Amino acid sequence: MILTDTERAMRDGAEGPAVAAAMDLLVRYGEALDAEGLCEVRNVAGTTTQPSPAKARLVAEGGWDKAFSVINLDSDEDLEIPPMAVPTCQLQQGFGPDSVGTVPYPADFVALQSDAEVFYGRRGVSILATCTPYQVGNLPVRGEHCAWMESSAVVYANSVLGARTNCEGTASTGAASLTGRVPCWGNHHDRHRRGTHLVRVDTPVATFQDWGLLGYFVGDVVQEARPVVTGAHALPDLTDLKHFGAAAASSGGVEMYHVPGVTPEAPTVEAAFGGQPVPEAVVFGEAERRATYARLNDQGSSTDVDFVLLGCPHASLDQIRDAARALEGRRLHDGTELWIMAPRALAVVAERSGYTAVIEAAGAKVLTDSCPAMSRTAPPGTRVFATDSAKQAHYLPAILGIEAWFGTTAECVDAAVTGRWRGELR
Amino acid sequence: MSRIRSDATREPAAPTLETAPARETAPSAGRVLLRGRTVVPGVVEGEALVSHETISGWGGIDPAAGTIIEPRHELFGVCFTGKILVFPGAKGSSGWSGFFQTTRLLGTAPIGMVFAVTTTKAALGAVVTRVPALSDLDGDPVALLRTGDVVRLDATAGTVALLHPAPGTGADR
Repeated sequence: MILTDTERAMRDGAEGPAVAAAMDLLVRYGEALDAEGLCEVRNVAGTTTQPSPAKARLVAEGGWDKAFSVINLDSDEDLEIPPMAVPTCQLQQGFGPDSVGTVPYPADFVALQSDAEVFYGRRGVSILATCTPYQVGNLPVRGEHCAWMESSAVVYANSVLGARTNCEGTASTGAASLTGRVPCWGNHHDRHRRGTHLVRVDTPVATFQDWGLLGYFVGDVVQEARPVVTGAHALPDLTDLKHFGAAAASSGGVEMYHVPGVTPEAPTVEAAFGGQPVPEAVVFGEAERRATYARLNDQGSSTDVDFVLLGCPHASLDQIRDAARALEGRRLHDGTELWIMAPRALAVVAERSGYTAVIEAAGAKVLTDSCPAMSRTAPPGTRVFATDSAKQAHYLPAILGIEAWFGTTAECVDAAVTGRWRGELR
Repeated sequence: MSRIRSDATREPAAPTLETAPARETAPSAGRVLLRGRTVVPGVVEGEALVSHETISGWGGIDPAAGTIIEPRHELFGVCFTGKILVFPGAKGSSGWSGFFQTTRLLGTAPIGMVFAVTTTKAALGAVVTRVPALSDLDGDPVALLRTGDVVRLDATAGTVALLHPAPGTGADR
């Protein structure tokens, strides 16, 4: 791999041992990818503060410097971590102090995370505490090279914003934050952003649920390739595309898609394929829609719902407002909880707008920072949960060993109010 | 040009050739079934664990136990610790590499990786797991290798050789 003089100097220690370790990791990683070199990034979204047993052990041994060295730089050296070299944010993490009493999350993890926020905040990490940085002010411009992790944010950044990032990991974002570099590979190159598969929608796709089903179908079909979606779909909004991308990055590994006429690098189908021949279409018709719904719902048998989860990826303001409308004047079933996960910045707006008061009057909660899957936690005794998120329905049964139902937001609210799952695909 | 430092200078994740269970076969034995590109250099011998489906890290494995936890996965409940993990590629969350790094820290890591499709998740995952890894192969690894095959993965030279076929399977591949 070819390094510039500046990068070689970093590797050789000109900017200190932590930057040298970061460059060493980037070189090992770049060689593993067979990348030709590194590219400059000025926008890093990673994870540093999220508690885990392994991290707690490292912090006990050598503080957050040690934890960052081992986990975020993959280094065995005792390094002192300098300020971040480029703008860096923290994604979703564990639950914070304001969740105590609502979420059964270990108190030592709450304290560990608060301690981490102080350490990393002092080094210039913005604690956005959300899987959707693009909802709360981190909006890279089209063509901007980034180093983001969080698969649902990566697919949004590439596809909807036209920014350029691979699906980075904990160590590569850590190294990028201290160097402003990441391997120039994959999605950073024009040739790896063109469509590979054509998907023709033959059944109406208009609702939030429809976009999740379509995404889950597409991810399964194309795996890590780049679908181009055309046909009978309505104009999606931010919330629809957030759901679509997260679903496609769960059933598969989609990091980039095009919706011709909607997403910025695909004014037309032909442009989406970059002048290459347009392949024969994979069809998403009513049969495929129903099969996808059945697959997402084959993880539930009991219709007694203990827990309802909305806001995966973290809810938009529209989603919080819609949930408040659906809950207005109603009361949750005794023994069933409803959590809405949201970015903290939007939770502030929701509270100011009066949505949170309506939600709480019904007995439901607006929570921030994390989610049940990230924190491996749900209300005590949860056996069956319901969600309007294809991604959460995909992951949570594996992570918590519980049953799942996937449906519309209205069906989920109904389940929270009645304690019964009565969803069906319309 | 820059060269990566030798894998041998790093603390290894799991048993290396020196500490792996002794095999009757000499290191040079075995027929080369696959040639590929070095992802992480190094040499290891051991049993293959073959997944025909892609693998999730976060939400797909339990790093404390070293097992696959995705309920619908063909290897649900199967432990990969000490095995050479052979799989088509990585899917799902960007937590992939961090979860496999954790298997190294907790002593539950595989001892090698062979995967068909290079992605950032799998490449970085192999780097931070610090095990010999090979990709971009001249054949389909999950079709050519079987769970239980004893193989020699020479990720420095870029080869996978079959030392002993899995019981009940032929060597004529």
